[in-house]
Amino acid sequence: MLAFIIRRILQSAGVLLAVTLIAFLMFRFVGDPINQMVGIDTPQAEIAQIRESLGLNDPVIVQFGRFVWNAMHFQFGISYQFRQPVTQLLAQRMPATLELAFTAAGFALVVGVLMGVYSALRRDSILARVFEAVSLVGVSLPTFLIGILLIYLFAVILGWLPSNGRGEVVRIGSWWTTGFLTSSGLRSLVLPAITLGLFQMTLIMRLVRSEMLEVLRTDYIKFARARGLTARAINFGHALKNTLIPVITIAGLQLGSIIAFAIITETVFNWPGMGILFLKAVQNVDIPIMAAYLVMIGLIFVVINLVVDLLYGLVDPRLRLTMRR
Amino acid sequence: MKRLMLAALAALALSTVSAQAVTLRYANQGDLKSLDPYTLNETTTNAHLGQVYEGLTAREKDLKIVPALAESWEVLDGAKRWRFHLRKNVKFHDGSPFTADDVLFSAERVRASGSNFTTRIPKDAKFVKVDDFTVDVQLPEPNPILIAQWDTWYIMSKKWAEANNAVAPTPASATTPSYASLHENGTGPFKIESHEPGVKTVFKVNPDWWHKREHNIDEVIFTPIPNAATRVAALLSGEVDVIEPVPVQDIPRVNSSSNAHVLAGPELRTIFLGFDQSRDELLESNVKGKNPFKDVRVRHAFNIAIDKEAIKRSVMRGLSTPSALMIAPSLFTYSKDFKNPKFDPTAAKKLLADAGYPNGFEVGMDCPNDRYVNDGQICQAVVGMLARIGVKVNLNAQPKAKYFAKVLKPGGYQTSFYLLGWTPGTFDSHNVLFDLHGCRAPDSPRGETNLGGYCNKKVDELTDKILVESDAKKRDLLIKQAFEITTSEYAYVPLHQQALSWGVAKNVELSQRADNSVMLYWAHKK
Repeated sequence: MLAFIIRRILQSAGVLLAVTLIAFLMFRFVGDPINQMVGIDTPQAEIAQIRESLGLNDPVIVQFGRFVWNAMHFQFGISYQFRQPVTQLLAQRMPATLELAFTAAGFALVVGVLMGVYSALRRDSILARVFEAVSLVGVSLPTFLIGILLIYLFAVILGWLPSNGRGEVVRIGSWWTTGFLTSSGLRSLVLPAITLGLFQMTLIMRLVRSEMLEVLRTDYIKFARARGLTARAINFGHALKNTLIPVITIAGLQLGSIIAFAIITETVFNWPGMGILFLKAVQNVDIPIMAAYLVMIGLIFVVINLVVDLLYGLVDPRLRLTMRR
Repeated sequence: MKRLMLAALAALALSTVSAQAVTLRYANQGDLKSLDPYTLNETTTNAHLGQVYEGLTAREKDLKIVPALAESWEVLDGAKRWRFHLRKNVKFHDGSPFTADDVLFSAERVRASGSNFTTRIPKDAKFVKVDDFTVDVQLPEPNPILIAQWDTWYIMSKKWAEANNAVAPTPASATTPSYASLHENGTGPFKIESHEPGVKTVFKVNPDWWHKREHNIDEVIFTPIPNAATRVAALLSGEVDVIEPVPVQDIPRVNSSSNAHVLAGPELRTIFLGFDQSRDELLESNVKGKNPFKDVRVRHAFNIAIDKEAIKRSVMRGLSTPSALMIAPSLFTYSKDFKNPKFDPTAAKKLLADAGYPNGFEVGMDCPNDRYVNDGQICQAVVGMLARIGVKVNLNAQPKAKYFAKVLKPGGYQTSFYLLGWTPGTFDSHNVLFDLHGCRAPDSPRGETNLGGYCNKKVDELTDKILVESDAKKRDLLIKQAFEITTSEYAYVPLHQQALSWGVAKNVELSQRADNSVMLYWAHKK
């Protein structure tokens, strides 16, 4: 088991190094950072001096080596735009993104499972057909469009919910801020969480539905019915329980992409998280932020995959055997 | 009992005050990135910081220069010595008094390495403290426009900077965070209460401001909202009171809403097309061995083949002012004497034929697509118009980060034909002549933004005279002479001044300044 973990961690380090290298090669093509950092009528001598002092004249391989060395010391440099340490900026923005991502994932899981179970049990009811239609919309419409539609309906026309931002936040500890404790914070969370979670919700709903339909046809369900158990005990105690394993796997793996793809939702709702920070960094060629963010997202994916692999081992003894080898 | 009553009264008084406190919520597409006023010389940032910092001078609603921290000034020795009388009883936000020492300190700091505002004051200008409230500026040669950009040369406190290790400006290449980029200590109408870069900045009114208060705002909450649709939605839903800018396509929608309208007006920025006229062969063209843009007839043909009115009508939705000059009409006295050449594709085709291109030619064009209002679409329109005279334009519309890296000096001016916008920082023609029309030379800042390399020694001579001429009338005539040369040589194709468009809630009154600076000390919220 230990050897397995060590091997996986080494592999993960390799993946991260590859992500960094690809990111670095991409930075060559996003444009020149200096013109975004100074006014257009800045004398060229000054621009040349900035370029030199940022080390942008060094060969890519030297810049890459310097970045990896610093990253290993958890130093990601100073943002070109904000003149603040990147780690500090990301830490300030992280609570917003994580709260949004977990709320969206929770929403997707709870609503998705409920809708999935319902449409499996009452396959021909009108509501089940409505769910089907909603799931089609959720799968096919792009996030930014859903976000803008929700804003126009609930913020501009009805005026029920805020269109942007996080509302009032409360500071917890030295750096975490939360919107869960104020009413404006909670209200601000509704639309972006639905927008971000909609795709996962429809995915989970469709998964639960098809898994449920399959499980309901199995012999042990028929046997349970023959024993005269209540419909509730059969549906929720036996059938749902057995459909949840793939659902949890999917939901876990999707959490990484929810965090990573929060970029679009955050931009549409001006949600002050890491995603919008990254997008602005791309527009302004803020290489330190881009690099740190990409490495961090890489890290999140790697960690989630590692955890999922380990959990499999716990759940399925057969896999534990292969791990030992 | 009495004490209780007093406490209750005090509480009541406090609560009525807070109930009346007026909060203005303002959203801009741009961030307030660093609070250090010498880090980034850019209009939006300068305007944001203008709520908290002040210069020796200020600009009025009509951009007229008026006294601010300097109460008055005298121009002596033929504009070689300027004497400034400083305003007394002005306090910085930390309570320390403003004196001549702060001016001397700021003059050093703004010219120090790492400042993006080094051009605000000539390198060799000497600041001499006469007494605590009088400062002399000694210049080696006359400079009649010395103070043209001093409204955004913000004065910082010497004591505060020294106490907080912020004597040096926060350079663009800073490797350690600086105190001054997260904190402010100005003299202006608002203080910054909290600043989360890129998220939210809260301004509180400065009750000790020396100036008479025209606004009724107690608190400003500034949020950067980069996404245009979100920004407009926030205005329409009443969550913010002022936004800048409103995209042109959303203007009718904002105006038809019940709670907001658009303040529009001509901006000072001139959008224009430029030609590479310095290389012997264009980088991106099928004409080999010669450069068609060196021929004035070709540049003339381009000038009359582009229908500026049509661009205004169809691309800018009426919100632009077609321009005959490379400077906005409000910045130059004689601009009325310059007329747009008549749109005439037939004559243009003939000119091209005379120049030896009866079937036109092919040329690459560089264009930003996220910098100016509808910049990408303007270029597409130009491509269509030039196709009518047989010129095939291969358009390369790209994000500004890539565009500027390609076309500016560090990129080696890698362009044959391009679109650019320019606002003279000094609001003066000299800047336009020097930066956009000056002959490029390796070790001189002259013509650094003259991407096409237009060059006429006579224009350079006039430009040098304009810099030192202190008689306003004579100076204007010299400028006119210079522009007559550049327009007759069709150095550029000036297209238009784009329009300002600010979204403002109906219960807010705000004065619009043509340089697109949103100054909230002119705001009034009902």
